[in-house]
Amino acid sequence: MKIHEADAKSLLVAQGLPVPPWEVARTPTQARAAAVKFLADPANATGKVVIKAQVLVGGRGKAGGVKLAGSADEAEDVAADILALEIKGLPVRRVLVAPAADIVKEYYLSVLLDRGTKRLMFIGSAEGGVEIEEVAANHPEAIVYEHADPLLGLPDYAARELAFKIGFGSHWKAGAAIAKGLLTTMLANDADLVEINPLAVIREHGAQGVPVERLVCLDAKITLDDSALSRHPGHEALRDLDAEDPADIEARRYDLTFIKLDGDIGCMVNGAGLAMTTMDLVNRAGGEPANFLDIGGGAKADRVAAAMRLILDDPNVKAILVNIFGGITRGDEVARGLIEARAQQERDVPMVVRIVGTNAAEAAELLQAAAFVTAGTLDEAAEKAVAAARGAAA
Amino acid sequence: MSILIDRETRLVVQGITGREGEFHSRAMLEYGTTIVAGMTPGKGGQTALDGAVPVFNTVAEAVTETGANTSCIFVPAPGAPDAVLEAVAAGIKTIFCITEGIPALDMVPVVEEVRLAGARLIGPNCPGATSPGKAKVGIIPGSIHSEGGVGVVSRSGTLTYEAVQAMTDAGLGQSTCVGIGGDPVIGTSFTDVLRLFAADPETDAIVLIGEIGGAAEEEAAAFAAEHLQGTPMAAFIAGRTAPEGKRMGHAGAIVSGGRGTAASKVEALEAAGIRVAGSPTELPQLLRDAGYQG
Repeated sequence: MKIHEADAKSLLVAQGLPVPPWEVARTPTQARAAAVKFLADPANATGKVVIKAQVLVGGRGKAGGVKLAGSADEAEDVAADILALEIKGLPVRRVLVAPAADIVKEYYLSVLLDRGTKRLMFIGSAEGGVEIEEVAANHPEAIVYEHADPLLGLPDYAARELAFKIGFGSHWKAGAAIAKGLLTTMLANDADLVEINPLAVIREHGAQGVPVERLVCLDAKITLDDSALSRHPGHEALRDLDAEDPADIEARRYDLTFIKLDGDIGCMVNGAGLAMTTMDLVNRAGGEPANFLDIGGGAKADRVAAAMRLILDDPNVKAILVNIFGGITRGDEVARGLIEARAQQERDVPMVVRIVGTNAAEAAELLQAAAFVTAGTLDEAAEKAVAAARGAAA
Repeated sequence: MSILIDRETRLVVQGITGREGEFHSRAMLEYGTTIVAGMTPGKGGQTALDGAVPVFNTVAEAVTETGANTSCIFVPAPGAPDAVLEAVAAGIKTIFCITEGIPALDMVPVVEEVRLAGARLIGPNCPGATSPGKAKVGIIPGSIHSEGGVGVVSRSGTLTYEAVQAMTDAGLGQSTCVGIGGDPVIGTSFTDVLRLFAADPETDAIVLIGEIGGAAEEEAAAFAAEHLQGTPMAAFIAGRTAPEGKRMGHAGAIVSGGRGTAASKVEALEAAGIRVAGSPTELPQLLRDAGYQG
């Protein structure tokens, strides 16, 4: 699950990481109030504030979602503009307001789960502020990789080594502490990724206006492990429902994995790998899948009925392909669910059903009695579904 | 021979008294697997599966009393990482973790403990393995198998069944079928299983079933190019039509930043001389085309 920059920063602060102050505004008036406060802050070395759209897509800056303002009036206007934006289809409902940083140098630092080594890995670079993929492509030598110990985490010496390798100069102590803090943040929240870009040395006005420099997290991106959400009840509140299809929310309620696609053949399958394969074979037979839908293991009739409703809620769907390879899932349970769902459905959409494995014979009997179109192999099922969709379209 | 499990397998089932644990233990027993013990804390002294299997409070006790050498874990996600650690501590060297939905970070220290103990973990979030005619550990339906010489390794569950069924229908029996699991952090990789198949005299052809996400298929292709040149192989990759940036059910199945695509995997496998089927049903023919006589 992706979360907003402002929420990611709160998780960092909770672990004691240095993040310059910010406020979240939902209205131009709130943005103005935050700007007034930050413009009057004696530490603010630029005399400006930055206003950033809080949306869960990349490329906010290019889309006009990040702007500076030098006065309260300007902040209010800029916030109004940004709050009226839709970025890559997502409405901007909140903006983050913060003092505009006087940046001395930008770095990159992240920690993520490295599947190959089965360990957590730090990625650092003195070339911050740009996409790390870009740095990897153009200056691979400018990137430092360091694995955390799977049992010990990042001991102090390893954090120092990492800081010196990245090249924080006189800020190496802060760099080492931030690296340790990112790991703590990751573990405390069951994150898949904690990314700071830029991690920056900024100049602020200290006492009597003397400039002071410090290393801070200027931006933050965190993604959370969906499998761990149940043990972090507070994280559910961080979910951005705007970034989700309404069907996602409905699917979650029934423990279904549903991803809407652009085609016209609805698919209902048990198992993620088989669901992907079913999509691939529909495509190969000349059709386009309308969705990915995994009903999971051991699905009962009610879950099948819910899955059918989700598929039929998509007006593009012209045919439905049901592909069940029973293991834990019992074929007759699925057949009963299908019969029940068809009795309730408002729209008459042709359906091709293939059920093999556990209790397939009982399923076949039920389906035959209810006059369903069935198929023996997956290839045959895909072809029949594509033909049915074409017939419905004609 | 086969790999991982055979007639010498003496299985302890962790979580045998749970709904899933009991259902699948019964199926394993019916298949002919030697289940010597069950383990559920607090139920030591009872029996499971209509008196056929003694239940112990700890894995250590089960090992001491019954000589269990393999474990199968059906413990729910919150307790599953600990269940793996318990099996490791009791000296079990082959551990199958069927449980799905374990937070990825929980598995990082666990796979390290497994490695340090010189044990092998298959999974989590995997269907287990079957050595047809010898033993079945996990949840793969026994009925789809037949005995033979094809080793099958897969990241998926039901898709594995599909492929195995296609092989059996085409008269190609299997030496061992292994599902390694779809999670980001798993104990045993494609390459690990290929290494076992390469050393197994009873495996003389291999089918690999991968999916989008990660780089495990590319690594497997590199291994095969170097160590399995004489062995007929065929592959299938799920997710050719999956959109980028969407997690396709399995926590690990995601194409991001242009990495982990089906195209990249197909290219790597074909470069290693392994043909990739357009449908699981084509796998038997591809194996025969690669020179498999079985």
